[in-house]
Amino acid sequence: MSPQKRVKNVKAQNRISQGSNSFQTTLSAWKVKQGPSNSKNISKHGQNNPVGDYEHADDQAEDALQMAVEYFEKGPVKTSQNKDKTLEKHLKTVENVAWKNGLASEEIDVLLNIALSGKFGNAVNTRILKCMIPATVISQDSVVKAVSWLCVDKCSGSTKVLFYRWLVAMFDFIDRKEQINLLYGFFFASLQDDALCPYVCHLLYLLTKKENVKPFRVRKLLDLQAKMGMQPHLQALLSLYKFFAPALISVSLPVRKKIYFKNSENLWKMALLAVKQRNQGPSPEPLKLMLGPANVRPLKRKWNSLSIIPVLNSSSYTKECRKKEMSLSDCLNRSGSFPLEQLKSFPQLLQNIHCLELPSQMGSVLNNSLLLHYINCVRDEPVLLRFYYWLSQTLQEECIWYKVNNYEHGKEFTNFLDTIIRAECFLQEGFYSCEAFLYKSLPLWDGLCCRSQFLQLVSWIPFSSFSEVKPLLFDHLAQLFFTSTIYFKCSVLQSLKELLQNWLLWLSMDIHMKPVTNSPLETTLGGSMNSVSKLIHYVGWLSTTAMRLESNSTFLLHFILDFYEKVCDIYINYNLPLVVLFPPGIFYSALLSLDTSILNQLCFIMHRYRKNLTAAKKNELVQKTKSEFNFSSKTYQEFNHYLTSMVGCLWTSKPFGKGIYIDPEILEKTGVTEYKNSLNVIHHPSFLSYAVSFLLQESPEERTVNVSSIQGKKWSWYLDYLFSQGLQGLKLFIRSSVHHSSVPRAEGINYNNQY
Amino acid sequence: MKPPPPKFKRFSCLSLLTSWDYRQTMDSYDVPESTPSASSRPEDYFVGATPLQKRLESIRKQTSFIPTPPRRKVPQCSQLQEDVDPQKVAFLLHKQWTLYSLTPLYKFSYSNLKEYSRLLNAFIVAEKQKGLAVEVGEDFNIKVIFSTLLGMKGTQRDPEAFLVQIQSKSQLPSENREGKVLWTGWFCCIFGDSLLETVSEDFTCLPLFLANGAESNTAIIGTWFQKTFDCYFSPLTINAFNLSWMAAMWTACKVDHYVATTEFLWSVPCSPQSLDISYAIHPEDAKALWDSIHKTPGEVTQEEVDLFMDCLYSHFHRHFKIHLSATRLVRVSTSVASAHTDGKIKILCHKYLIGVLAYLTELAVFQIE
Repeated sequence: MSPQKRVKNVKAQNRISQGSNSFQTTLSAWKVKQGPSNSKNISKHGQNNPVGDYEHADDQAEDALQMAVEYFEKGPVKTSQNKDKTLEKHLKTVENVAWKNGLASEEIDVLLNIALSGKFGNAVNTRILKCMIPATVISQDSVVKAVSWLCVDKCSGSTKVLFYRWLVAMFDFIDRKEQINLLYGFFFASLQDDALCPYVCHLLYLLTKKENVKPFRVRKLLDLQAKMGMQPHLQALLSLYKFFAPALISVSLPVRKKIYFKNSENLWKMALLAVKQRNQGPSPEPLKLMLGPANVRPLKRKWNSLSIIPVLNSSSYTKECRKKEMSLSDCLNRSGSFPLEQLKSFPQLLQNIHCLELPSQMGSVLNNSLLLHYINCVRDEPVLLRFYYWLSQTLQEECIWYKVNNYEHGKEFTNFLDTIIRAECFLQEGFYSCEAFLYKSLPLWDGLCCRSQFLQLVSWIPFSSFSEVKPLLFDHLAQLFFTSTIYFKCSVLQSLKELLQNWLLWLSMDIHMKPVTNSPLETTLGGSMNSVSKLIHYVGWLSTTAMRLESNSTFLLHFILDFYEKVCDIYINYNLPLVVLFPPGIFYSALLSLDTSILNQLCFIMHRYRKNLTAAKKNELVQKTKSEFNFSSKTYQEFNHYLTSMVGCLWTSKPFGKGIYIDPEILEKTGVTEYKNSLNVIHHPSFLSYAVSFLLQESPEERTVNVSSIQGKKWSWYLDYLFSQGLQGLKLFIRSSVHHSSVPRAEGINYNNQY
Repeated sequence: MKPPPPKFKRFSCLSLLTSWDYRQTMDSYDVPESTPSASSRPEDYFVGATPLQKRLESIRKQTSFIPTPPRRKVPQCSQLQEDVDPQKVAFLLHKQWTLYSLTPLYKFSYSNLKEYSRLLNAFIVAEKQKGLAVEVGEDFNIKVIFSTLLGMKGTQRDPEAFLVQIQSKSQLPSENREGKVLWTGWFCCIFGDSLLETVSEDFTCLPLFLANGAESNTAIIGTWFQKTFDCYFSPLTINAFNLSWMAAMWTACKVDHYVATTEFLWSVPCSPQSLDISYAIHPEDAKALWDSIHKTPGEVTQEEVDLFMDCLYSHFHRHFKIHLSATRLVRVSTSVASAHTDGKIKILCHKYLIGVLAYLTELAVFQIE
């Protein structure tokens, strides 16, 4: 469809959606416009449409389509007054569904029949024909039936022309063609019609088999050519005949003619692409990678290939080339090789893994989950190198901000990155090429383009020495981090959390695979732990500064605490000897936060820290040997310090004695007299509302509540109330760290009695 | 992709370039002052032993600290070895070549060149016919020829360069056997040691590819190479920084008789039309300027390059009051060779062919590393 026409079409649909009051038409009109060149309209129009109701609307559309098809089947009702209106409505329904999802082959069968039977007027027939877009395939029988209508001559010439054009355009989607080929004689006879001739020629061109080439047909064609002159379509057919039966045609035909036929599919170009994609497009679900070659990328500007990722081909060339000089042993080896095209299932892969014939272009494994498995376990260096080179170069080449005016391909690049990330998630492993790409591209990144993809790439950086990677990656990232919005900060923290997790998983696997003692330098456990702890400290620094910049935003703090939820559990969850506490800037911000969920999360983290530290301590005592991974007493001290402050604030109402120390004189100056209990579980700003509603629950008619009345037994009821409100973190914290006795006290971890 | 086996090995990194090649839009004259910290206590290094890790390692070094202001040799007089075919060399000169970088070719074998030409020929014919309906009776009159360019190398370790030509078969058999050359492309590697070190013997490293002829042909042939040898072509552009290096190095060459003026082209991106400033100098003047700057014999240093360009700038400013340093250098042409930022090169002087190619190889290797 030419751009101009398409615009018109869109306009028409706009009108529809405004005029009609049924919701589904609006939506489908919106969907139709998702063609690549119409993206502007989407944003304009799509805003009014609640996308949430989308599926519901889909069902409605189904029903409407059913009704429309039935309507057409019955034929126009003569008596009905608003006949035109109903007809219009149903036509529009059919059009919308057809352009959006395509029609099922049964629906096409019915509608094609109607269009060619001439029940309705010419205009209606034309519109029906134009929207005969299959969802997947068209059945051969419908085409044969339709052709039979042509014989009875019920429809106009223009409808016939349109039908032939449609047939040519949809030729590839017809499921079988034997029956149609039997009608060859009929089609050939239609060449008489001057108006139909070019299109019939095209159809014959597609249909002709060797046995269809007969002397009388050749004669007829030559007659036509004599009559009509050198028409390109006739020449095309003739040259095809000549190709099949060179003896029958002696006339010389001009060679190297590029265009024989006017493009009859242009009416349906967009629709055809859509059908093709439906038939073989990749499934959108993440993690479900395609099995086998499935690459339809319609538009490609580059000479390199049709798509960024090459199509899977076994290296047929090398086979051919070696045939000549193959030694006997080679021959024996190769005879057992397993062609990639046949590889369809995982058991097959396992059986043939020793004799797999590798693809000619290694990049193609990215689309094939089975081969990704292979890549993952193969130790063959050339295989990895080929993949490495291909991926690095492709990333460089496709990266949109290296070249000016390359932004129009942004979508493609985003999709490519998504594919890579899917593969990385699938393998649970980062690619070196991506890391190298990040080194080069991160300094030039604007922080906007492909943000989520880029940050995911960051989280898949393979484990390595932090101090070495820092100047290359994290320093650049920090610049963006500090100068960007809070959302960017949160996404960076999120991806750093994932990075930490990936590293920890990798390390915990690694430790269990080999004894620690003979690890190489710097991949010794100590070195690795050092690197991880540097990462954690770095994130701590980022977070502290970010908290200051964002003036203690609760939202940001959630992301930071999420990170520390990973950090506090390293010892137990990953079995790695590392405990790093959070910096004071984070701890106190969380402790003094106005948000209960933050405080709850903090309690939970403290509880896990405690578990981890006690587990570590126990291990140390059991082992008795002084291993190099004993935590320094400083970690315990630090933890105890935090614990004291926390218990002092929340429980014992002695907030500024130990832990946070503030000079009493300064406290006096603030004029707050009752500062001592102002931060306990009752008076803490984030708990106060709980205390009030607790009291109101007890005595709903009370006009004034005195929260200080929560004491003694009430105190523990109050606690139970808090726990019942979902504050599990607080519960765990209090259960593990506070002794229930008349004199509550903090129970720190004793770090002095080592050994 | 797995933990590196226990080994500790240093290897040379590429002493190259201060900026990422693609960064065309920015002039990279401002070399950051950070000195290469020779620090790095051993435990700071993760030295992987698999080639991939090695490569990553070298990329880290390249990206992390700028190597000492690079020094390069002034291209010496012909280092071509004796066995090089003078006819072929003459064929390479005075033509405009489009540059590409190329990752190592997998399982390429010099003994199969005949076979390759047959296959490539078939591939080209198939590709050309793709758009056509059916080609009746006619044959594409082309012939593909692979041939090696013996002696076209910097060191003995460099793999042999080779040439691919597409010729049209002459219609009349009586005419001379050689058909008209439709397209030429050649692959070479001059002083490509840094790349050779990191790949195994299954690969042939010819990082520099030069093509002359229709872009559509380059596309077809490139596609065939990519499919057959699992390599990757990417256009090699030359940024302003490297162009000024070329200007300096080529000016430094001793040429017996100058065939062309030394000419620079700057582009000023202003709307509605961009403005080009051409600056031509008599080659002897340029040489005289260079000699006044040049200190270390046989070598070119970063300071000298900068100084050379600065002198040109200030001269221009004195006369026209235009700061050329604020514009972008897009083309340099000298008697030795001329280069355009789009990755086009023309080599004029037979003597310095190898020298010019050595620098281009360096750029190509940098791009694929």
